[in-house]
Amino acid sequence: MKIKVDWDKCTGMGMCESLAPDVFEVDDDGSLILHAEEVPDGQEDEVREAVAACPTEALSLES
Amino acid sequence: MTHLVVVGASLAGLRAVEAVRGDGFDGTVTLVGAEEHLPYDRPPLSKEYLAAEECPDPRYREHATFADDLDVELVLGTPASALDTSARTVTVGDRAIPYDGLVIATGAHARTLPGTEGLAGVHVVRTLDDAIGLRGALRDGNRKVTVVGAGFIGSEVAAVARSLDLEVTILEAMDTPLVRAIGERMGRALTRLHERHGTEVRTGVAVDEVLHHDGGVRAVRLGDGTELDTDLLVVGIGAQPTTGWLEGSGLTVDDGVVADARLAAAPGVYVAGDVARWPNALFDDVLDGPMRLEHWTSAAEQGRYAARNAVDPENAKVYETVPYFWSDWYASRVQFVGVAAGDHVEVVAGDDADGGPFTALYRAHDRIVGALAVDMRAEVMKYRRLIGKREGWDAALALAAERREQAAAKAAEAAAATAAETAQDGANA
Repeated sequence: MKIKVDWDKCTGMGMCESLAPDVFEVDDDGSLILHAEEVPDGQEDEVREAVAACPTEALSLES
Repeated sequence: MTHLVVVGASLAGLRAVEAVRGDGFDGTVTLVGAEEHLPYDRPPLSKEYLAAEECPDPRYREHATFADDLDVELVLGTPASALDTSARTVTVGDRAIPYDGLVIATGAHARTLPGTEGLAGVHVVRTLDDAIGLRGALRDGNRKVTVVGAGFIGSEVAAVARSLDLEVTILEAMDTPLVRAIGERMGRALTRLHERHGTEVRTGVAVDEVLHHDGGVRAVRLGDGTELDTDLLVVGIGAQPTTGWLEGSGLTVDDGVVADARLAAAPGVYVAGDVARWPNALFDDVLDGPMRLEHWTSAAEQGRYAARNAVDPENAKVYETVPYFWSDWYASRVQFVGVAAGDHVEVVAGDDADGGPFTALYRAHDRIVGALAVDMRAEVMKYRRLIGKREGWDAALALAAERREQAAAKAAEAAAATAAETAQDGANA
């Protein structure tokens, strides 16, 4: 599964980082750093939670 | 389980119906909303929705999504008026809708100032219609804006009004704003943000009377007798959970609908969002009872939990969370995680004296229970994880030290790069 970010919508809220820190990290200026483009094995649930938790609906998954 | 009814068509209600449909629930789903509007995104209404040049569309989904993708019956425009938990019906207008599982997500409504009903120039910000009205008023040649209440909604509106170059005064009844939400020292720190941007904040003042002329607001009279002229009056004095329709239902209502750890308020009845009061096990040692949140994140999560528990009560799951909210003031982002309880607040990065940037941590029972950051977007979520794992205060301070070291290394690297560039430019000259 591939992680997709709508960069126009993302404002660096950081919910994704708190749920799946291996994949998502917010930088000092609020921009999102994506540590992995593919969902790492065994982290499907965390990443799904992170996608659902985004207040600006900037994240989605593509199979 | 054949019929799930969700009362309340905002974020919690939307996430409720999406969660069970996403899981493959094939029963009937009905979503009841008091407003005519499709579910819409509320946080922007007091922020960019008011500020943007072009009026944005805040709806989460189109009509077709509910009809075709989600197969959800929408009942919009009339509030639910009664709940019968023995007959298992919800009354909406002259319809009694039967349910097998029910999610109550009726949210909260804005508190108003007595005596201002129907007065032109007086606004609250809760619904889309409220925001449309205020958006227009802020651009209608009005010059002076008075905001009653220095909470988050009032502060956000004040910031937008300043960005439109209006003259803004905030009136706050308490001596320090936001004491309950973030504590006294941090309340003072955020007040500096207003002052830095030319918004006057008057604390410890009571609004005795709203004076009007020709059906419109003219001034407010304060407790000490002074009159403050104003063109617009924005009332941001909090919200009350919408529970009036549950009178006689047998549910326990006490500033919200009281539920258990699985969000159950009665057999088959679950609660979500601003209306829900439930015991958050993560903070049972810190809080003196169940909690009610008015945050985006908990509303979204509770909507999913409540609906899944309602359609499968045998496997109902406990909901616990580290609360999170954010607020945008001027160009600053304020973020808070956890609870503002405990015996100590420590600023671990930056300086709070002039309103930031800074990060502050909250301690209770020698563990970290909260974190507040102003314009340090990379920080709070790292602490949210510690709070969720009930980590000790030492672990929080260790992370803070590590973060300071990383920031210093980054700054040194940036300075070295700038120096190298300058030297290169010199060599090329």
